[in-house]
Parts: sequence; C-alpha cells; structure tokens
Amino acid sequence: MAGYILRRLLQAIPVLLGTTFLIYFMVFAMPGDPLLALFGDKTPNPALLERLRQEYHLDQPFIVQYFLYLGGIFRGDFGTSFSGEAVSDILARTFPVTIRLAILALIIEFVGGVLIGLYSGLRKGKLFDGTALIVSLVFISLPIFVIAFVGQYVFGIQLGWARTTVSTGAPIQDLILPAFVLASISLAQLIRLTRASVIETAGLDFVRTAYGKGLSRRRIIPVHILRNSLIPVVTYAATDFGVLLVGATVTEGIFNVPGVGRTLYQAIIRGEGPTVVSFVTVMVLIYLVVNLVVDLLYGLLDPRIRYVK
Amino acid sequence: MSDSSTRSTGTTPLLEIKNLEVGFQSTNGIVPAVRGVDLTLMPGQTLAIVGESGSGKSTTAHAIINLLPGAGRITGGSIMFDGKELSSYSEKQMEDIRGREIGFVPQDPMSNLNPVWSVGFQVEETIRANGVATGRKEVRAHAIQVLKEAGLADADKRLKQFPHQFSGGMRQRVLIGIGLSSRPKLLIADEPTSALDVTVQRRILDHLETLTRDIGTAVLFITHDLGLAAERAEQLVVMYKGRIVEAGPSKEILQNPVHPYTQRLVAAAPSLASRRIQSATAQSETHSLSDLDYAPTKVTEGLDLIAAAEERVESRPVTKRPDAIVVKDLTKVYKIRGQGKGSSGELVAADKVSFAVEKGTTTALVGESGSGKSTVAKMILRLENPTSGQILIDGTDVAPLKGKPLLDLRRRMQPVFQDPYGSLDPLRNIGNTIAEPLQVHDVGDRTARRDRVLELLGQVSLPQSLITRYPNELSGGQRQRVAIARALALKPDIVVLDEAVSALDVLVQAQILQLLAELQSELELTYLFITHDLAVVRVIADNVCVMQQGRIVEAASTDAVFDNPKEQYTRELLNAIPGAGIILGV
Repeated sequence: MAGYILRRLLQAIPVLLGTTFLIYFMVFAMPGDPLLALFGDKTPNPALLERLRQEYHLDQPFIVQYFLYLGGIFRGDFGTSFSGEAVSDILARTFPVTIRLAILALIIEFVGGVLIGLYSGLRKGKLFDGTALIVSLVFISLPIFVIAFVGQYVFGIQLGWARTTVSTGAPIQDLILPAFVLASISLAQLIRLTRASVIETAGLDFVRTAYGKGLSRRRIIPVHILRNSLIPVVTYAATDFGVLLVGATVTEGIFNVPGVGRTLYQAIIRGEGPTVVSFVTVMVLIYLVVNLVVDLLYGLLDPRIRYVK
Repeated sequence: MSDSSTRSTGTTPLLEIKNLEVGFQSTNGIVPAVRGVDLTLMPGQTLAIVGESGSGKSTTAHAIINLLPGAGRITGGSIMFDGKELSSYSEKQMEDIRGREIGFVPQDPMSNLNPVWSVGFQVEETIRANGVATGRKEVRAHAIQVLKEAGLADADKRLKQFPHQFSGGMRQRVLIGIGLSSRPKLLIADEPTSALDVTVQRRILDHLETLTRDIGTAVLFITHDLGLAAERAEQLVVMYKGRIVEAGPSKEILQNPVHPYTQRLVAAAPSLASRRIQSATAQSETHSLSDLDYAPTKVTEGLDLIAAAEERVESRPVTKRPDAIVVKDLTKVYKIRGQGKGSSGELVAADKVSFAVEKGTTTALVGESGSGKSTVAKMILRLENPTSGQILIDGTDVAPLKGKPLLDLRRRMQPVFQDPYGSLDPLRNIGNTIAEPLQVHDVGDRTARRDRVLELLGQVSLPQSLITRYPNELSGGQRQRVAIARALALKPDIVVLDEAVSALDVLVQAQILQLLAELQSELELTYLFITHDLAVVRVIADNVCVMQQGRIVEAASTDAVFDNPKEQYTRELLNAIPGAGIILGV
C-alpha cells in the first residue's frame, strides 16, 4: 500500500515539470510587454523599467527564466507579483477561501445527491422521482451564471436570507449561497447517477437473497443497496472536487469571493508569469492528490480491485 | 426452536399450496405466470418442481416467501405453512418467516453474494437478523459452525475473505450454510447447482441431503433436469406454462410418465438417456443400441436423445477413415502474476495433450472447469498459439500458416461457443449474421449468399422469416441454431463445439443434440465436442478424452469409458451423472 502511494507520488514529478513548463512557456509567449502594460498610459522612466526588468528576470531568455523560477520553488520562493507581494503570500491568502468554498459545495453535492438519488431510485416512477428527474435536468441545462443570478435575486434580494456578495474574510455563512450555486450542476448530475446506480443494484440477485435470508428492508437499503451503489457515486464526487475548485472562477467572480479564481484571472490578464504558474502548479498538485485519493477510495469501496502489494 | 405447540406431526403437511395464482402487472393488465398450482409437502420430505424456463417453477417457489419481483403478486389461492396462511402476510410479518422458518438457497452462486462484504459478514448478519445468536463472539462461533457444516473445512480462516476469492462451488456452500443457519423447517433450493460442474453438483447435493436429513428440514427443490429431480426428491411436480401437468412419487413418474410433456422431459434428459443406453449395453454382449427395445413416439420426436444416439451409431463409418485432427504433445503455459511479493508463476493449462479425431466422428473433451479443455480447443482453432507441440489438420501442420493459407484453414474449421447470447452481434440481423463468413471469405454474389442463408436456415430447422430478425427477438435455442448455421455456412469439415449445449434447457439441449447428430450424418462433419457433462457425451460422442489439470487422464471409445473406466477420476465423473440409483423401465 505505502509502496503504491509512493509510486503514484513519484509519477507526479514529471507531470508537474511538464505542466509548469507548458504554462510558463504560454505566459511567456503572450503578446505585449507586461511591464509597459503595468504603467498604462503613463510613459515609464527607462531606468526604472530596466531595474524592474532585471528584478523579474525579464531580460533573460525564456529557458533561463524558467529554471530561475523552478530553482526558486525548491527554495520555497514562488517569486514576487508585480504589486510586490510574494506569490506564496497570495497563495496562502486565496487558496484557503476557495478550498473552503469547494469543500462546502462538495458536502452539499454529496449529501444532497445521495439522499435525493437514493429516495428517487427506491421510488422509481413515483411522483418524487419524476419531479427530481425534471428539476435536475433543468439545472444541468442552465449555465452556472444564470443559476448564480437567480440565486442572488431570490435568496439575496427578495428573501434576504443571504448576502449577495461575500464580505472580507469570507465567513462560512456568506459562502453558503455561493456553495449551493457552485454545487448545483454537479448535484443534479449526482442525483441522476445515484438514482441509476440504486435502481441497478436493487435489481441484483444478492439483494433478493438478502431478503430471502430474513434481513429487514431497513437493513438491506443501507447495507446492501446503498453501499454497492456508492462505488460510482463516490468516484464521481471525488473527481468533481477538482472541477469545483476550477469551476469556482465564475462563481467567485459573481459573488465577489476573494479566492483563487478571481486572483488567477487578474494575473493572467496582467501576464504575471510566476503568479500564474504558481497557481496552476498548486492546482495540478491538488488534482493529482484528488486522483490518488479517488483511486485509493475505489479500492476501499470495492474489495475486488484492492491493490496487490 | 420453541414450537412445541405447533410442532408438525407426520400426518399434517408442513406446506400446503392450494390453487395458487401468481400474475405479473404489465401495462396491458395482469399476465398470469402461475395458474392454479396445488402441492403438499410433508415435514422432512423433499419435493422437486421440474419444468423448463418460463414454466412458473421459480415463481411458485418465490411466491411462498414473497420474493416476487416488483411487478409480481399473488392473485389467488392459499399457501399454508406450518399452520400459517402466508399469502396474507405483510412484508413485516414475512421478514420473520424468511430465514428463520424457511431458508432460501438461490440459483447462481456467482451473483448471489454481495461482492463488497466479506463472506463472514454476510453469514453473521443472517444469524443476527434471525436471532440465532447474539453478541460478537457467539455470532462468530455460530457462523464458523454453519460454514463448517456446509462443507467449508477452514471456515475460521476464510471468514474475512470476499466472495471473489471463493470458487463457485465454495460460494454455493456458503449460500447453503446461510440458508440453513437457523435450522429452518423448510428449505427452498432454486436450481442450487445449475451453474456448477457435474462433479461439484454431486458433492454439494449429497452434502445438502445429509445436512437436511440430520436437521429434519423439508426441501422444496427447483430444477429443469428430471433425472436430477428424481434422484434427489421423493415427490415430483412437473410444471408447464404455469400449470402442474403431472405430480406424484418420483420413481412412478419416471417409469411411467403419463402426460406428453413429461414424456418429452424424460426423453430429453441426457442423464436419463445415458443411463438407459448404459443399462442396455451393459446387459447385452453385443453392445448394440437396437437391443434397447425403445420405441420413440410422436410426442418425443425431435428431442429424443436415445433416437439421436441410435442414429449416430448407425451412421458411424465401418472402415477406418483418415484422421481429421491430430494433436501431438500440445502444451500451453501461461505466465501469471503471483499473489505474493514479486512472485510470478506459470500456469500449465495444457500439458502434452495428444489425441486424434477420425474424419466424420465425434470426439469429446471432458473435464471440470480449469481442466484445460477449452484451451486445447482455442489452440486447435488457432485463437491461441501453443507453447509447444503440434496440431495437424488433415495431415498439415498448422503452426507455420499465415495469411491466405491460415484463412483457408479457418474456412474448413468453425467454432460454436457456449453462450448463445454473447456470440451473436445484437446489431446484425440473422441473415447478415449467417452470411458474414461468406462475405469474409468472398464466397458467391449477393443472391448466391442469400440462397445459401435460406438453405442453412432450413438445415437447422429455423423458419426463413427469421432472416430479417435480430438476436434479441430469438429464444436461446433459436440463437444457438443460428450460431450453428453460421458455423456451417462455409461448408466446413470440422466443427469445434465449446460447451455448445451447456447453457440450454434440457428440451432445447436435446433438440440441438439431435440436430447436430443429423447434420453429422448428412454432411460428414467431424466434431470436437467440449463439455463438462458426461451424460451428454454418452449420446453424442464416439470417443472420449477425459482431461484433468491440463492432462488427458483417459482416452478411449465412449462405450469403453462408460463400461470400463480405468481412472478414479473418470469414475467420479460417471458417478456424478444424476439418476444412478433409479431403476428405469427399460
């Protein structure tokens, strides 16, 4: 087991090198001078410009810039943004907010999706099931910003239950509405996935045998139906965590959440190589870890594919 | 058990079903599945319900403990069990009956244990649910005891293992253990061994018999094999299209079947046919089937296995013919990844296998699963390459063949596989399916191919109207006929039949066996017949090779193997044919 995890982590090294190189190259290849853009309409002092160029290694060839940056990472230095703030500080400020939002969304997605999906699947063809199917289809077809605006209007303005924008520090109660919006589409998908999985499992032979051996319905539903149905559901939800982190960009913009999405967007616009690459690197890392966790969860949920060694 | 007040005596029935009606709710109203079934089971006795799939035998059994699928419900009649009217029981009341008083052993051991829970967990939850024992330690001890009784000697070590780590036979033992864990008064066994090898089937049913006799449990046994039913049960009930057509003591029914359907079942059961041929040849010095004094009737036409065997023997060429297939020292070694650290082992699937098949005859490769019989077939078909050894088809070594010569070889040698559902492309209609080999080998033009397809449909006794139908619209037997027609399309000399009748109901199986015998005498085909069932071999094969663990342990003519088996293993296989103890009215 430990060997398997170690091997997977070692595999992450070439993936990280490849992605950082690619992103760094793309930011480098963007047209325009990032420093000139920084000054806007003003004409910059050539001496200052030269000093900045040296400070950010912009006078060096691309490959040297990349390795200087890479060397910095190994020393724990992610570089400095154009505003003078250390990139590591920006990471430390924004990631917790986005991760908090994504975890909240994941909980909403998983709990809601499993409960509604299970109930729907067990009452296939009944009124509740039909309603759940139609409502989930509506959510899947809507773009997320529409859901966000409707949510802001109904819960923020009409009912006054939540703030339409998130206040500084991003307290949990302010994040609940954005989290619901962020989770909505995945939640709808998960309801359908759970429902289909429950219907399939409930028709399997071992469920009939479970009734035959005298177990009660109250025991069969969680132990034999739900437990087996969760295998694809948990895999989907866990993979979705990565999507929720990235998908947060739009939601964060609308609700003014001071998280990764907004900051990354601004960094891309300004062409800040080190900032963009650092953010993406951390995201790739999270993706890799999530994927590893999904694979381990899979083995935990299904003993048939438990790893040898 | 604290049932002193309701204790059944020898005269009151344990289970009495009267005029039972079961229907399935569909969009067009209720479709009846069981129509007016009556049966009576005394305490401690065994009763078997026999019939083909769709006859309502399983539905009747499921109705007793209300395990009917969602759309099924009891629409009339009564089910009296031990003084209780079960047909009026609520789901909650039924929970107390199931497992506690009526045990249930399902059909397919592969799909009836939950793959994500350990075997111990699934036994223990049954024991706890039925209140047989409480407390962790007692429940565990009881689970071990139950599994040991069911024949798992190392139960204490295997409790933590998962179903996929058990073989099919072992899983069925677990299910039997679960079914009997609370010493029920009645055990419903729904085709408990149909998915297993014959030898495993025999061991398990022997064990079940001893166990239920010791506990005093009555058994309701569901099967499609009349021979098996008669061997295992005192009372027989034959069902057809939801009705009981014949009922009574097993031996009487077997010796003197009255209803035409029962007569067909008796004629079609390979176990019974092989026993009959056996007793006939054993009594006469000449070993001739004509001494059988058996008259086929109109009722049994087309599925009479003894008639088929007679036909085969009569059409057998007298003079020695050249060998169509010669196999010399054929060996196949698979590399397997080991369970332990860094260990990789080798699995010898076929070990120096040698045999020859004379042109126009049938040779059967017989053995349990894992004996290597299918591996040999795959190598002969060149679907697998041998590790070493030689295969000669009509005297030509096939190993160096590539490209065009290999294609020509395939044209003369065609396979038919076990699963008629899996071996037909669901998106291709029957006409195109049968014509495909002709297209691949570029035989004839469109009209010529169509004519050939129609001719083939006639040969396998299928109506020509099927040409535009799709596999899902056909029954299992019809599909297997299509597979045979496809195999015959290129007019091959050799047909390799890999468990080609094992997945079929007895009646359909008999029809296909009869068809194969007819086609052989008509077209001078050479068959290599792979099976685990010696009973089928008796009626279809001229020669037998018995395989065990990759080796041929015995090879001789069918008569010689049956009359005078030399190996212990062959004797075991022979004894596993159901119906040994039944005196037949030959």
